[in-house]
Amino acid sequence: MKLEGEENKIKWADYQKEIADDHFFYVRSCIRQSLYPGSEQFFLNLLGNILKKDIYENPSHTTCTGIGYHGDVVPFSTIQTVVARHYALMKESGYKNIAISCVTSFGIYTEILETWKHFPEELEKTREYLFKATGREFDIPENVSHTSDIIYKFKDEIASMAKYRLVDKETGEPLKGVEHIGCHYAKIFPKYGVGGAEFPQVLSGMITTWGGEVVDYPERRHCCGFGFRQYLVQANRGYSLSNSITKFESMKPYKPDFILTNCPGCNMFMDKWQYTVKEMNGNTYGQDGNAIPVLTYEELAGLVLGVDPWDLGLQFHAVQSEPLLDKMGIEYSKEDKYKTIDGRQMGVPAKILNV
Amino acid sequence: MSDFGYVLLKNRHIDYEANDKRIAEYIYAREPSFGYCMECGCCAGTCTSGNFTHLSLREINILIKRGETSTIKEQIDKCMLCGKCTLVCPRGVNTRNIIILAGEAIQKLEANEL
Amino acid sequence: MNKEVIVIGAGAAGMESAGQLANEGFSVKIFEKDESPGGHLKGWYHLFPNRRDSVEVMDYLLDVIDRKEIELLTNTTVTKVSKKDGKFVVTTTQNKEYNADAIIVTTGFDLFRSERKEEYGYGIYDNVITSAELEKMFRNGNLRCTDGRIPQKVGFIHCVGSRDEKVGNFYCSKLCCVSAVKQAIEIREHVPESNVFCFYMDIRMGGSGYEELYRESQQKYGVNYIRGKVSEVAENYEGKLVLKVEDTLVGKPLKMEFDMLVLMVGMEMSESGKELAVNSGLLTGENRFFAPADHHFGSNKGNVDGIFYAGACTATMNLTETLAHARSAVDDVVDYFRRKK
Repeated sequence: MKLEGEENKIKWADYQKEIADDHFFYVRSCIRQSLYPGSEQFFLNLLGNILKKDIYENPSHTTCTGIGYHGDVVPFSTIQTVVARHYALMKESGYKNIAISCVTSFGIYTEILETWKHFPEELEKTREYLFKATGREFDIPENVSHTSDIIYKFKDEIASMAKYRLVDKETGEPLKGVEHIGCHYAKIFPKYGVGGAEFPQVLSGMITTWGGEVVDYPERRHCCGFGFRQYLVQANRGYSLSNSITKFESMKPYKPDFILTNCPGCNMFMDKWQYTVKEMNGNTYGQDGNAIPVLTYEELAGLVLGVDPWDLGLQFHAVQSEPLLDKMGIEYSKEDKYKTIDGRQMGVPAKILNV
Repeated sequence: MSDFGYVLLKNRHIDYEANDKRIAEYIYAREPSFGYCMECGCCAGTCTSGNFTHLSLREINILIKRGETSTIKEQIDKCMLCGKCTLVCPRGVNTRNIIILAGEAIQKLEANEL
Repeated sequence: MNKEVIVIGAGAAGMESAGQLANEGFSVKIFEKDESPGGHLKGWYHLFPNRRDSVEVMDYLLDVIDRKEIELLTNTTVTKVSKKDGKFVVTTTQNKEYNADAIIVTTGFDLFRSERKEEYGYGIYDNVITSAELEKMFRNGNLRCTDGRIPQKVGFIHCVGSRDEKVGNFYCSKLCCVSAVKQAIEIREHVPESNVFCFYMDIRMGGSGYEELYRESQQKYGVNYIRGKVSEVAENYEGKLVLKVEDTLVGKPLKMEFDMLVLMVGMEMSESGKELAVNSGLLTGENRFFAPADHHFGSNKGNVDGIFYAGACTATMNLTETLAHARSAVDDVVDYFRRKK
């Protein structure tokens, strides 16, 4: 595959979106702040303290209700009003650029903005609903970026500060990364994703800039199988799982060192399903019988910048990252893995992979 | 009843005149792009759901038009509404809306509202 | 008569109409944007349906324009035609102006840019090539994958850039189906042990001898046909191309691996034609080609009296139709001068 370089006839410039440079209004993800809290924590730290950008989050921000919307329990007018409320919070806080942590939310924010463009009566209705319910008013944001867009924008700055590269310390070979993009990042509106829908560049750009190599495998563009309705009913989960396995089997021959995702659901499922498959039939898809660590882009940026893996929350994954850390030559303390910041011992999970 | 050791065979023609085409009429009236399909199968080829379940939007489309609707309900329940079919459709069929409308029509049919 | 006629474009339509104009006693200038005449014919190997070597047609056309009444100006793009007092002024990119009594526009077509169908991975995966690139391989006698292997399994994807609202082309390009059949046969001839599959929505064999060629491809060459529009292409670990499609006649999604995939690229109004249309006030249709004055009686005429069209600048057209259309344009020119007397 030729995604970059002179040989490449494709002009990715067609799919370069505008990503704000500073002054971000941050909205969190339901799944990420519960399951991978280190990622969002580090994003705020990276933007605010390392890159010295202005980033703000409002304590009154709530879920976007996207899971309910895609699970057929939240009507469209309701979710429009919830999203409008977030825009109102942004206006009240004096911000115009929204930075969205979740791909589902990102899809919803953009879907609603597009709806308002094409159906102005929906916008008027929403203004009315929000005002009646809360007395709030809102503006349309100037810039809508997913947080992976923002890291993509600053990938070169991150590379210039890097302590580690995505390179095998022993062999000097680039590490192989599988990138997986959430469906709602660019499949709804290819023009709002860096690189479009078929060959998105947002994560592959990070991997190559930080020294790694991107694996292109046949099922690369496919859904992880989350599917909201499919996952929410227990008896249907085999369907989600089977889709993830289709991807794992397709990537296995390439011997990937890690999977990089930009979607909360994908990250959760690609991580946890590896545990499930192993329990169900003993299969693993990484090297040497290991599972493949699944990282968020903040976690990967953090590792590259030399942040302690346990401060990034890598121990909260089902698939542990030690094989990757060892390859990159990252130092870490085995004792501190399950210690709180003030040194107290946390519970140690009984069933995790790669240890 | 007498058993002569053989049975009467059911005619397997699509009996176009006898078949119930109310679902098709319901969709046509609300989503004209329903009629633009040329049965190319691009939707079904790219469908994530179709990997593991019997779901082919192309097939649903033609079955509804012919009034052969006995398997439709089961099929549309498998759709994740991900929209990948809309992305590839060369005829600009609003595939998501067709699934939604077919569901509505079936509900109404069952409630004797069609 | 000593009238001057300018022909814009030296492809098949331009060359044939220039020859006919000269036969009628006009003096002719042909402007060609490339460095040599011939247009798309230059890149073609054998022609459907009788698989004649394109060089024979090329030689015929070169012969047609090789006469003193015809002046060929290459590397010259016409940007504008304007009409003043019943005469025409043609402007080129070099900002030169030429006068003429009538114009035949033969700006032809451009091939669809396959990278626009992103899901097929053209420009991204090795061995996803266009039908035009395959013709060059045949011509050079070098039918190989990028790593030098001889392809053992080749797929043809029909309707790339045609009949596809997603790229803004509603129309059928008409000759890709028969081109695919011809090229599939040629693959089997070049590599007798190969397997060839065509993926189609409809097989459109409307021309004389086309259906027969289709039948021959099955009977003599064992070419396989699968009915379904290809949804996407990816590459697997062994470097094979993996294609996904619905086998619509079976009613199940299908995956298949290939060494080489050929995209049957459609035809679009040429960029130079578009520029000329905009600058000169020439009307174009919904399909972006020049709009004929009348579908049946005026396919060589447009909205400006004295400016005529010939060939694929008005609609997708095969070579047979193009040559006939070129000659009928000349009839219209003759008629135009007769009317003006």
